[in-house]
Amino acid sequence: MTVSDVRTDLGAEEVVERTPWPAAILGLIARYPLGAAGALVVVAMIFAAVFADVIAPYDPEANAYEYMFTAPGGQYWLGADDFGRDIFSRIIYGARTALFVGFVAAFVGATGGLVLGVASAYFGGWFDLIIQRVMDVIMAFPLIILALAVISVLGPGIDKVIIAITIPFIPQCARVVRSSALAIREIPYIDAARACGFSHARIILRHMVPNVMAPFLIMITAFVGQAILLEATLSYLGLGVQEPVPAWGLMLKSGAEEYAESAPWIPIFPGIAISLAVFGFNLFGDALRDALDPKLRAQ
Amino acid sequence: MYAYIIKRLILMIPTLFGAAVLVFVLMRLVPGDVCEIKMAGDGAFVDPEAIEICRQNLGLNDPVYVQFGQVIWGYLTFDLGTSMWTGRDITHEIGLRFQLSLQVAFMATLVAILIAIPLGTISAIKQDTWIDYVVRTFSIAGIAMPSFWLGIMIILGLLITTQAWFGDPWMPPIVYVSPFEDLAGNLSQLIWPAVATGYRYSAVATRMTRSTLLEVLREDYVRTARAKGLLERVIINRHALKNAMLPVVTIFGIEFAFLIGGLVVTEQVFNLNGLGKLFVESVETSDFTMVQQLVMLVVVIFVFMNFLVDLLYAWLDPRIRYA
Repeated sequence: MTVSDVRTDLGAEEVVERTPWPAAILGLIARYPLGAAGALVVVAMIFAAVFADVIAPYDPEANAYEYMFTAPGGQYWLGADDFGRDIFSRIIYGARTALFVGFVAAFVGATGGLVLGVASAYFGGWFDLIIQRVMDVIMAFPLIILALAVISVLGPGIDKVIIAITIPFIPQCARVVRSSALAIREIPYIDAARACGFSHARIILRHMVPNVMAPFLIMITAFVGQAILLEATLSYLGLGVQEPVPAWGLMLKSGAEEYAESAPWIPIFPGIAISLAVFGFNLFGDALRDALDPKLRAQ
Repeated sequence: MYAYIIKRLILMIPTLFGAAVLVFVLMRLVPGDVCEIKMAGDGAFVDPEAIEICRQNLGLNDPVYVQFGQVIWGYLTFDLGTSMWTGRDITHEIGLRFQLSLQVAFMATLVAILIAIPLGTISAIKQDTWIDYVVRTFSIAGIAMPSFWLGIMIILGLLITTQAWFGDPWMPPIVYVSPFEDLAGNLSQLIWPAVATGYRYSAVATRMTRSTLLEVLREDYVRTARAKGLLERVIINRHALKNAMLPVVTIFGIEFAFLIGGLVVTEQVFNLNGLGKLFVESVETSDFTMVQQLVMLVVVIFVFMNFLVDLLYAWLDPRIRYA
C-alpha cells in the first residue's frame, strides 16, 4: 500500500463518520437552546461591531443641536440624545468599544492566569506557595474596588480601563487553571517528557497548556461578559471611556438620569444593549461549560 | 472549635498584610508626585516651597520603609490620617457614611434572600419545565443588568406610575434620615437601592439553591421520606431545604462583603452619601490617602466576612472543623 492509498482511505473514513455541519449545528441548538440564544446575541453583536460603518445611519459623534431630544421614530429609530446624536448609531458603534474592551481584557487576563496557573502547578513548592498567596491577596479585593484603585492611579481612558479590568481577572483564571493542571501534572506522560530532558517551558507550553484549554475557554467567555459590564460601570462613573467615543456606559452617564423623565429613550436603549450583551455572553458561556466539561454534562 | 477559630484568624494576617503592601505600592505608582498633582495638576504655577511643605506633611520625604511602618501603625491604632482633599480626619469621614452603606447592604441581602430561596426552590421542584426556564432566565438577567441602570429604571418607573396614579410625580427623598428617627422616611429612601442591588445579588444564590436542592432531592433519605408517604411540602421544607442551605449561606455571606463595594455605583444613581459615593469622589479628585484607606476598609470587611462564613460553615457542618 502506498502513502497516497492510506491518505485516500483515511479521507473516506472521515466522510462516512462526520455529521454534515448544518445538522451538527441543529443538534447543538436542540441540546442547548439557551446557549444557542446566547450565541445568536454574540454573533449579532460581532456583526454590528464589524459592519458598524454600513449599519449605522448616522455619524455616532456628530452633534446636531436642532434635533436634540428627538423621540424615537422614522428619522431617528431609537431617538436622539442631548447633543442631537443618533442613539441607534451610537449603540451600534458602542458594540465595537464593548467588544474591544471585553475581548482584550478577557484574553489578556485569562492568558496571564493560564501561564501563572500552569506554572504554579508544574513547579509546586515555594513557587506555588508564593504565587498562590499573591493571588489570594488580589482576590481579597472586590472586582470594582480593585479596578477603581487602578484607575485612580492611571487615570481614565480606554487603554487604562482595559488594564484595570485585566488585573482582577488574572488570579480568578489562575486559580481554576491551577486545579486542572495539578491533576495533569500527575499523569505519567509529563514524567516521560521530563525524562526525555525537555525544558520546563516546553513541557508547560506544549504538554500541559493544551490540556487545560477547556477551563481556559470557559473563563474567557465568562470574562467577556464581566468585562463589558465593568467597562460600562467605569464609563458610567466617568472614569472609563471618555466622550465623544460611543460607549454604552458613557451614554447612560451623559445626562441620562437628568432627562430620564422627559426623554426616557436616552437611558433605556443603552441599558438594554448592555444587558443583552452580558446576557448573551453568560448564556453562551454556560452552554460552553456544559459542553466542554464532561463531569457537569453527566449531572 | 477554638483551635479552628485561632487557625483561621492567623491565616487572615498574611492576606491583610499583603493587601496593605499592594495598596501601598499601588499608590506609590502614581505618575509624578501626589503633592504636585494636587497643587499643580491643572498646569498652574505653584511655589515649590508649598509642594515641599505638602510632602513634609504627608511624610513623602521619609524612607519608604518608614512610610510603610507609619501606615501599618496607623491601621493598628485606627488612625487613618487625614484626607488630602478636604484635610479632614479620614476615620471621621468614613464613620459618617458607614451607617448608611451598612443599612443598604443589610437590606439588599434581605431582598436577595427573599428572591433567591423561593425562586431557587420552585425552579428545582419544577426542573426542566417552563417555570424553571422562566426563573433561570430571570436570574441570569439579574447578573446581566447593570444595577445602576436598574436603579435609573426604578426611578423612571416610580416617576411615571406616581404621575399616572396620583397626578404628582414622586421621587425617593434625597436627604438621609436615620431609621431610629423616622423609619418610614428612611425606608422610602433606601428600599429602592436595596431592590436594585438585591435583585442582582440574588441571581447567583438562586442558581445555587436550585442546583444544591436538585442534588439533595436525589438522596436516599428523601426517597425514604417519600416512601413513608410524607407530604411533598414537608419533604422539601423540613428535609431537603435544610441540607441544601449550606452552600447558599456561604454565597450570601460572601455577597454581603461584596455589597459594600458593589454599592459604589448604586449610591451614585440614588445620590446616597455613603462609602461608595465617597470612594468615587476620592478617585475623581485624586485623594490618594482617602482611596488607600477606603480600599483597605473594603478588604478588611471582605476578609472578615469570609472568616465569619467559614466559622458558620464549620458550626453547621462538624466534618469541616474536625478535618
